Amino acid sequence: MLTVLFFYLFAGLAVIAGFMVVAAKNPVHAVLFLILAFFNVAGLFLLLGAEFLALTLLIVYVGAVAVLFLFVVMMLDVDFAELKSGFLSYLPVGLLIGGILLAEIIMAAGAWVLNPALSKLENVNATPTNITNTEAFGRVLYSDHIYYFEAAGILLLIAMVGAIVLTLRQRDGVRRQDISAQVARSPEDSIEIKKVETGQGI
Amino acid sequence: MTEQFTAFMADYGWPFFWIALHSLALMVGLLLLIAYILYADRKIWAAVQLRKGPNVVGAFGLLQSFADMLKFVFKEPIIPSKSDKFVFLLAPIVTTVLALAAWAVVPLDEGWVVADINVGILYILAMSSLGVYGIIMGGWASNSKYPFLGALRSAAQMVSYEVSIGFVIVTVLLLVGSLNLTDIVNAQKGDYGLLNWHWLPLFPMFIVFFISALAETNRPPFDLPEAESELVAGFMVEYSSTPYMLFMLGEYVAIMLMCALTTILFLGGWLPPFDVAPFNWLPGIFWFTLKTCGVFFMFAMVKSIVPRYRYDQLMRLGWKVFLPLSLFMVVAVASVLHFTKDLGV
Repeated sequence: MLTVLFFYLFAGLAVIAGFMVVAAKNPVHAVLFLILAFFNVAGLFLLLGAEFLALTLLIVYVGAVAVLFLFVVMMLDVDFAELKSGFLSYLPVGLLIGGILLAEIIMAAGAWVLNPALSKLENVNATPTNITNTEAFGRVLYSDHIYYFEAAGILLLIAMVGAIVLTLRQRDGVRRQDISAQVARSPEDSIEIKKVETGQGI
Repeated sequence: MTEQFTAFMADYGWPFFWIALHSLALMVGLLLLIAYILYADRKIWAAVQLRKGPNVVGAFGLLQSFADMLKFVFKEPIIPSKSDKFVFLLAPIVTTVLALAAWAVVPLDEGWVVADINVGILYILAMSSLGVYGIIMGGWASNSKYPFLGALRSAAQMVSYEVSIGFVIVTVLLLVGSLNLTDIVNAQKGDYGLLNWHWLPLFPMFIVFFISALAETNRPPFDLPEAESELVAGFMVEYSSTPYMLFMLGEYVAIMLMCALTTILFLGGWLPPFDVAPFNWLPGIFWFTLKTCGVFFMFAMVKSIVPRYRYDQLMRLGWKVFLPLSLFMVVAVASVLHFTKDLGV
């Protein structure tokens, strides 16, 4: 009973927050609503018993991705008047895309049947027998499908290297701090004592 | 109807009551400890600088924190007129609530924990990484330059150091094989007392974790978000009265959480240093509190001794020193465990 109550609480808040992400006029508020939506989805995962997934969602999306997102949005100087002026001209296109997506979802949901082979699987459960959620994830990712996992990791690495190569620019005349050179300095090679005669200067 | 009510109370009512009672007891104890940790922080800082520190309110100034609290509460909260008022007031609440929420999974002794969940360490990592939102929201909502600069610095700093904290935790988890904090402490139990604790086998990681914890909680020498000499008080400039107090409180609760986490991960939690009389006569919570306060003493000493890092030095330390080191240690620990597994060590 309580589970159902919490499901509707989290699901309702997630939907409202998701709507507010689009509806909020201030982009920073939109990101904050996005974070609220993430929180509620994490709550839904918890209700399913997928505790590892719930907390990973919080750590990765809320703790890192959304922080950088907020970081960028806060730095942008957004002109609200300009944003609103284009609203009516883009409305038909937006409605069209939204309508197509909605139709696709309705069609997919209407034609959706459970794979008959699946019904034979008895243990379709977030927590398989006798092992914790985390262990189950670990087995699937690092033992059963290790090659796909590694391939995905290499793809991400290539994307990262690509982004760095695209944005890297060499600048001349930059004075970089060389910590080891600084530490290696000694009084002998950095201090010189000179006897200055009165009225002479160096 | 009465049967249904009894069943409801047995299923949800009484557990809820007990959890609420446990949480309240933990929170009161924690806040009292924080009051004296604040006092200790100021006294240690003063002693290093050959000053006296707070010594007027109560004997030796022992009631200073309570006097400060009363002062904050009775002052007028000033909200800047151009600020985003809702977010402005939400920010300190978020900071404090998240910092306090993380304590729910901290085991003070065998079984002395409000929520003994399987993924306790992930929960703490999640809550401490969310702490950055209080700072960003506060800095942005103030609609002023210094707070905004402080918030930007803080966002970059906390995200950078979380990475190395995560890898350090992974090395501990590899040794333990569980994400439950009680299991992590129990895995450090052994015949050699304090030599069995993780600080010895994972020595470089212990230091990396300690320094990253300083950076994660914005303690000096990494207090760039609130650097007093350049940003006045960083993201907190526009805050006054109770909201300011909530920021300070959240910060110190987060600091104590990091001290407690260091204790649990590396210093054997509630375990006595030697499992012989008279050490094991004392209750576990005594050892836990002693170790946590010991780690905090190191935090306070670092604050008073080490000068503040420059921003690029901070980033260099996080990304170019700690990240490769902790990444290497993850591989090294995993390899050692893998190849000694068959030897029965």
